[in-house]
Amino acid sequence: MRALVLTIILLFLAFVSLFVGAADITFADIINWDIEKIELISISRIPRTAALVLAGVGMSVSGVIMQQMTQNKFVSPTTAGTLDAAKMGLLIFIIFTPTAGTTVKMISAFVFTFLASILFLTIVRKIKHRNVIFVPLVGLMFGGIIGSVSTFFAVQLNIVQDTNAWMMGDFSSILQGRYELIYLTLPAIFITYLYANKFTVIGMGEDFSKNLGLNYNAIINIGLFCVSLTVSSVVITAGSIPFLGLIVPNVVSMIFGDNLKKTLPLVALSGAIFLLICDIAGRVVIYPYEIPIGVTVSIIGSIIFLLLLLWKKR
Amino acid sequence: MIEVKDITKQYGDNVVLDNVGMQFHKGKVTSLIGSNGAGKSTLLSIISRLLSQDGGIVMVDEKNVTEYKNKMLAQRLSILKQSNHIRLKLTVRELVSFGRFPYSQDKLTESDYNMVDRAIQFMDLKDIENSYIDELSGGQKQRAYMAMVVAQDTEYVLLDEPLNNLDMKHSVQTMKTLRRLADEWGKTIIIVLHDINFASHYSDYIVALKDGKIVYHDETENIINENVLKDVFGLKITICEIDKKRICNYFN
Ligand SMILES: Nc1ncnc2c1ncn2[C@@H]1O[C@H](COP(=O)(O)OP(=O)(O)OP(=O)(O)O)[C@@H](O)[C@H]1O
Ligand SMILES: [Mg+2]
Repeated sequence: MRALVLTIILLFLAFVSLFVGAADITFADIINWDIEKIELISISRIPRTAALVLAGVGMSVSGVIMQQMTQNKFVSPTTAGTLDAAKMGLLIFIIFTPTAGTTVKMISAFVFTFLASILFLTIVRKIKHRNVIFVPLVGLMFGGIIGSVSTFFAVQLNIVQDTNAWMMGDFSSILQGRYELIYLTLPAIFITYLYANKFTVIGMGEDFSKNLGLNYNAIINIGLFCVSLTVSSVVITAGSIPFLGLIVPNVVSMIFGDNLKKTLPLVALSGAIFLLICDIAGRVVIYPYEIPIGVTVSIIGSIIFLLLLLWKKR
Repeated sequence: MIEVKDITKQYGDNVVLDNVGMQFHKGKVTSLIGSNGAGKSTLLSIISRLLSQDGGIVMVDEKNVTEYKNKMLAQRLSILKQSNHIRLKLTVRELVSFGRFPYSQDKLTESDYNMVDRAIQFMDLKDIENSYIDELSGGQKQRAYMAMVVAQDTEYVLLDEPLNNLDMKHSVQTMKTLRRLADEWGKTIIIVLHDINFASHYSDYIVALKDGKIVYHDETENIINENVLKDVFGLKITICEIDKKRICNYFN
């Protein structure tokens, strides 16, 4: 029922998203079969909307998995060095194989995010006092270290500007033929949905998981795989989108709880809706120019989050 | 039957379990007693493969635990540890339903739901079944975890100090539930208890641990004995009989 309402909202926003932008396109143009405008829609608008939806779903679902794996609500791709690792993967690719294609780029980013996630999880498991705040702080430091190593190399090679440019979340340059890697999030999302119950059990911790006969390490590995695949493909196509994986899962959890079988579809839909709203807002506010999506996500997201915390306190 | 043979566990130089061997009787309630640090929790964790031992083997129904598939063992043996922290926002009913996970991973069947209902009723949770566990009191939480284990419906049930945080009424009710599980459903219960009177009243057998060794194991009436208890706990305990039941008075 809730999922149905959210699906309708999502479809509506996706529709709106197709018709907002610098070039004026109206629904009438499609009905009148205006070839030029229809081409514009299929080359730039549809890819952009599709990328937004997939990135929104992917990043928030990744956030949920990471939170289950670390049993910590404040861990997300932003607060665990995952985004920084993807960036490093891209950088290494630029340095060593500047001429190779996107597939190599993807593999490089994937390998780095995967390794960094394993390392972070190992560190978290080694920490004796798994304090709610301490773990994400360690994650931020971990990300900081990876980030500064990348920056060091970027400075040496004089490509700081370039690297910063890729990392800035941006959907305005998405075009048909250049964004398809983001569809790699689909299998990851699908696997997560199939394993929803198992990821809930993982969130109860290793002892409960073992008691219930779950192969803990196998599920953790599947989780790492899904997160790395999603984050690296989103970063490559659209750059990094901060806080999405933190805000959306937390808001859904506060309202609907943590039984993933029930809430994962809500997380996925809300993630896409949230990102679409941020993108539309960014396109409308200073029309015909655009505010980068990273900025709108941070502003709108933190307001929602603060409101929820205050509302919960009462 | 659960049988442990020559179990040894040490942390650095600290030998926590020293060649422990024991057979736990099927369909009976066995209490593990002993002072803090005696090794009770360690033994329970090793039996339930949450912790790996340095030496020795654990047999469940004549088969080494390591030879069981995870899922099959989870249908046969369950454990509730001494302290539990689930930070997830799940309702009591959802939590208890996860007790059925070893049987029906994704879709619960009619009989799973019956089992969940029974467990909720056994642990007196009906009126809070839709509350989130992170909003419950310590004792209510403990009962919710217990209900999850009851719903798991395993032949062997291992419980580490399950009366932690429970009020008197619910402690007694819990022990009666465990007795019922043993007497009516033939479950084998191994339970760590600190209150010797609960052990004395509700268990068939008592196993006493001291410094990582089993120092006594026998039927309850042979253990509830001033000399034995003095040896186990290093405390003078007087035993009096009220209504034909032995009560240990350790307030000396
Ligand atoms: N992870 C660990 N690292 C080092 N020593 C440990 C560890 N876990 C337990 N021990 C030691 O093992 C010994 C036995 O611990 P155990 O938890 O089995 O005791 P217990 O009988 O359950 O005590 P209690 O009644 O306090 O629960 C203790 O001396 C403890 O210090
Ligand atoms: Mg203990």
